Amino acid sequence: MTQPQAGTMRDSQPVNEPVIIAQDVEKWYDNNFHVLRGVSLTVNKGEVVVVMGPSGSGKSTFIRTFNALEPYQKGTIDIDGIRISHDLKNIETIRREVGMVFQQFNLFPHLTVLKNVTLAPIWVRRWPKAKAEEVAMTLLERVGILEQANKYPGQLSGGQQQRVAIARALAMQPKIMLFDEPTSALDPEMVREVLDAMRTLAAEGMTMVCVTHEVGFAREVADRVVLMADGVLVEEATPEEFFNNPKEERSRKFLSQIL
Amino acid sequence: MTSITPPAATRPPIAQTGPLAWARKNLFSDWFNSILTVVVASVLLWSGWGLVTWIFSKAQWPVVENNLGFMMTGLYPQAQYWRMWIIMGLIVTLSGLSWGILGRNQQYLFGRSVLIGIGAIAAAVILFPLTRPHSPILFGMVALTVATAWVGQQAGKRLPALSNWLAAGWFLVYIASIWLIGGGLGILAPVRTENWGGLVLTLLMAVTGIALCFPFGIALAIGRRSELPIVQSLSVAYIELVRGVPLITILVMGQVMIPLFLPEGVRPDRILRAIIALTIFSSAYLAENVRAGLQSVPRGQSEASVSLGLNKPLTLILIVLPQALKTAIPAIVGQFISLFQDTTLLAPLGLLELLGMANTALSNPNYLGRYAEAYAFIGVLYWFFCYAMALGSRKLEQQLNTTH
Repeated sequence: MTQPQAGTMRDSQPVNEPVIIAQDVEKWYDNNFHVLRGVSLTVNKGEVVVVMGPSGSGKSTFIRTFNALEPYQKGTIDIDGIRISHDLKNIETIRREVGMVFQQFNLFPHLTVLKNVTLAPIWVRRWPKAKAEEVAMTLLERVGILEQANKYPGQLSGGQQQRVAIARALAMQPKIMLFDEPTSALDPEMVREVLDAMRTLAAEGMTMVCVTHEVGFAREVADRVVLMADGVLVEEATPEEFFNNPKEERSRKFLSQIL
Repeated sequence: MTSITPPAATRPPIAQTGPLAWARKNLFSDWFNSILTVVVASVLLWSGWGLVTWIFSKAQWPVVENNLGFMMTGLYPQAQYWRMWIIMGLIVTLSGLSWGILGRNQQYLFGRSVLIGIGAIAAAVILFPLTRPHSPILFGMVALTVATAWVGQQAGKRLPALSNWLAAGWFLVYIASIWLIGGGLGILAPVRTENWGGLVLTLLMAVTGIALCFPFGIALAIGRRSELPIVQSLSVAYIELVRGVPLITILVMGQVMIPLFLPEGVRPDRILRAIIALTIFSSAYLAENVRAGLQSVPRGQSEASVSLGLNKPLTLILIVLPQALKTAIPAIVGQFISLFQDTTLLAPLGLLELLGMANTALSNPNYLGRYAEAYAFIGVLYWFFCYAMALGSRKLEQQLNTTH
């Protein structure tokens, strides 16, 4: 990953090249609940955006529209120049380029750790097994799970499982990584190992959108923090501005509750 | 801060040991339990003694002894019985090989309970008076099982890929068995299906029915959960229609009514019609078992799969279905056991499977009223195969358990 070297926290700085452009996205659930009420967000290549907000504010739903896990009814979303629409043809093309890490890990319990990681490269990218396994082993080593490669997910701790999930998403060599509350289901002592894996990833210049409540992570790693509440994007600022000097009343209220 | 050394890990304490302590704890813990133990034990002993005296002195076994060939193979020509032994040999060989190959990583293939089982079967083969004429062959079969299991384990250790060929092997044995039973191809004398019968026919119908209803059941379950409204409503209509009709109706339809509609020449064979009817019926029930399995797979599994770029069919085949089938194993095997026993419903319709042959033997005036003996014998046979299926499903569940 060659990125211009600059900055203090990170090896690379984002370039002004938008890879996610969401414009006035609106979504209703089947029961007519208006969950997204015109949300716009642009994420540049190499940028780390942290999405915060109270539960039920639509932040998970919002990032799940980026890989078409959730359909939306109004507005537009472009991922790396491809418009997300109902057209089936490009949905898999987009999902290949967008990795996702879930709150509940969602590892495949019937497959070994190694097979969890090699499955998509073999079936979607059509890599030969040897190449897929080589890449998988490198990734597992990076997240510190190499010794567990032949175990099943059920034999691993929550933190280990989530690191495998990160490796599994990275095995597809995505351009963008989405994190949907990756540490919320973990025991406190395991949060750090997962955040460390995410920090490394950010330092390497991966474009990341993270829904998380980890203030420390947001302060240290994020280029921008956005706050969502009641289906709208309330505030968008650098971490320093957002945590030290929030502009909106809603942000101050949210911060007073979590800090 | 001073560090605290945790106490060394120990085994849980054993409260009591020895058979006496066990009996006191489990059988005679208070006066009420003691009375219960004594009463239940006397009833068991009394009825057990009754059973033993019936088997060895009161029961008259000629009804089974003289009809053993009929019960096993129906009206199959006696000169061709050797084909049946070859089929048994093929099945035993492949069973042993499969056992060895699948258990290649077990330290002891022949554990204590397995050795006891093998010993019991071998002893029964030698001691059981009914099969004494065939003792050498049957004993050879037991030895063949053990030998092929050992060969399978050795081969499996060297070539783990062999396990991928087991399904193909079983398919070949199935085809070979049908050819051996029916003859043909200008090599073996043909035997008309009217002469197929007994246990062989029961097993043939059950195995074919199981092999056919499994894919149909899965297809129907997937169809019922499909997003395409026509596929979905057709699946629902099929499942609910078949589940609303008793099996005997479908069997009668196949055996009695279809011949009325179709001219002589295009009438499919009776056995084939029976298998189709069993498949039609069982696949509807199987579909519901598989559907329950599909519903037990969390939505996050398919979300994770599609977010990796796998399309919907691949997600279903690689991620959802394996987990769904694993959950549904007990229910699916239960359905297979039902199907196996449902073949007896064909006896009253004139198909001479195991129960049909037993009834035929009983209609001989020489064996008048020997119901208990004949039915006890075929009951044990049915139990043996159903219990084997239950054991197999338990083994499979243990093997697929990945949580520890």
